[in-house]
Amino acid sequence: MSNSAKVKPYLELRAETQARERGLKEKVMSLEEAATLINDGDHVAIGGCTMSRTPMAMIWSLIRAGKKDLIASRSIMSSEGDLLFASGISKHVITSWFSQGIVWGVSKVMRHHVEGGHAKFDEWSHMSMGLRYRAGAMGVPFLPSRSMMGSDVGDRRREETRQMSCPFTGEPLTLLPALNPDVAIIHVQRADAYGNAQIDGLQFMDPDIAMAANKVILTTERIIDNAQIRRVPDRTRIPFFTVDAVVEVPFGCAPHECYGAYEPFFDHMGQYAKQVSLDPVAGAADYLRHYYEEPATWEAYLERVGITEILDASRRGRSVYDD
Amino acid sequence: MTEASNYTASELLAVMSARLLLDGQIVFAGVGIPLLAATLAQRVHAPSLTILFEGGVIGPFIVPGELPPSTNEQRCTRKANMVLPITDVMLLLQRGYIDIGFMGGAQIDRYGNLNSSFIGDPEQPKIRLPGTGGGNDISSLTNMIVAMKHEKRRFVPKVDFITSPGFLDGGTSRSDAGLVSGGMFRVVTDLAIMGFDEQSKEMKVVSLHEGVSNEQVQDNTGFDLAFDDTVQTTQPPEPEELAVVRELDPESLYTA
Repeated sequence: MSNSAKVKPYLELRAETQARERGLKEKVMSLEEAATLINDGDHVAIGGCTMSRTPMAMIWSLIRAGKKDLIASRSIMSSEGDLLFASGISKHVITSWFSQGIVWGVSKVMRHHVEGGHAKFDEWSHMSMGLRYRAGAMGVPFLPSRSMMGSDVGDRRREETRQMSCPFTGEPLTLLPALNPDVAIIHVQRADAYGNAQIDGLQFMDPDIAMAANKVILTTERIIDNAQIRRVPDRTRIPFFTVDAVVEVPFGCAPHECYGAYEPFFDHMGQYAKQVSLDPVAGAADYLRHYYEEPATWEAYLERVGITEILDASRRGRSVYDD
Repeated sequence: MTEASNYTASELLAVMSARLLLDGQIVFAGVGIPLLAATLAQRVHAPSLTILFEGGVIGPFIVPGELPPSTNEQRCTRKANMVLPITDVMLLLQRGYIDIGFMGGAQIDRYGNLNSSFIGDPEQPKIRLPGTGGGNDISSLTNMIVAMKHEKRRFVPKVDFITSPGFLDGGTSRSDAGLVSGGMFRVVTDLAIMGFDEQSKEMKVVSLHEGVSNEQVQDNTGFDLAFDDTVQTTQPPEPEELAVVRELDPESLYTA
């Protein structure tokens, strides 16, 4: 069991990294195989942000595999956070914001689980989430910040941060403890079989999450040849030796977006929000049954989402290159 | 809002907030009214104003009718100058490049503290709200404009939880707590525009919208409001301003 607030001693962190397979080797596998790399109780960092580049297919696979007691962290949680709670695979989320999106109001599923005391929503400021992952990526136990002071999100209520006076200027600083997730799950537009990952558009916190984690599962819209990676190495955001699994999953963020490939499936998201607003328990259970339990493959899941929505989201997604 | 007016309360908020933004400023904006207002300002009087989005975007332009659902989708990157990781765009606030942070608010108190986390006791909340996002960082690290509806249940003596710090307990308490820069600049509502007293840091009305009385503002506020010695009356929205807002949000996603 990992304790998300516990900062690992450096030599322990380093030894874990040193023990990992770091050779230039192929690591392509299925969603089901990748799910076996995640243990019950693991801290799983989720790439992307809100409805963008959410590794939905991997989450689908974790829910189907019936994982338990995961601690899930992300810069901002959207509807995938609902599904983590509703499926029961995680009862503890660390994030800065948690709801499907402003236009749909406050998530009734999140409210049900948190207000009822069934699950924990541990709220940190957005920059603090980023600095905690970055500290983890840098191999330092904390980073100083000038945010998260004076407020209840900050040190008025929180015990995990510390305040110190700067040894150079005497100014007050907040110290944010590093996050070194057990596993990061990240979806990208393209990667090679070794795990070199290229990201188009917004990177969010993904490179830091990959560097901070002790294991990385990449899902990718498509697997490309290593020669193509080497043609434009400046586009590579995650290096292969941080990556433990590469899974090719077209439309792997559906119904969320993948930059330049598809926008959010707005009709689907609207329908989902309506369904869970009417009844956060039965609505979410029905949704999980229909989209997560019954379809035996990701392709069957996409069939249920429907070709009309897929084409509409793709048309809008590609339009980002029209300007 | 008076029934005779030909604009919604949200449209009024967008127009009044836009007028507070100056040409050349760097504005860290949330989606909704802040984004509409910042874009309106760019179109009308501040062409060199730059918008930053928390998702990691510098200087985007919004395509009318394609408003982003959050600050983190590809729609936020249209015609941008740069995209960068979230942590790095937020660190620009800490470095001091940002003039104005601009967001909406669920609940605010007399010292400009904002709550977007809990209604009721945070240990046993009546309602769990979505939380800070970047709000805590933005309000900790720069000057803030907040746009929100003026209702008694939103303007409370003391917020249930300080998500985004204003002036905390007033006076010097904000800087005493370590927040040595930034602070609440203006609160824009459908009734009035509020600032904060230089010494006490208490909220005070600096201007009223057309047809709004002191009593009306006080009646919709859950604490005793101070009024500036020289309370001004704002000019109602111009047709040109309303036209831009409606062009940007034709389906009234954020301005109904």
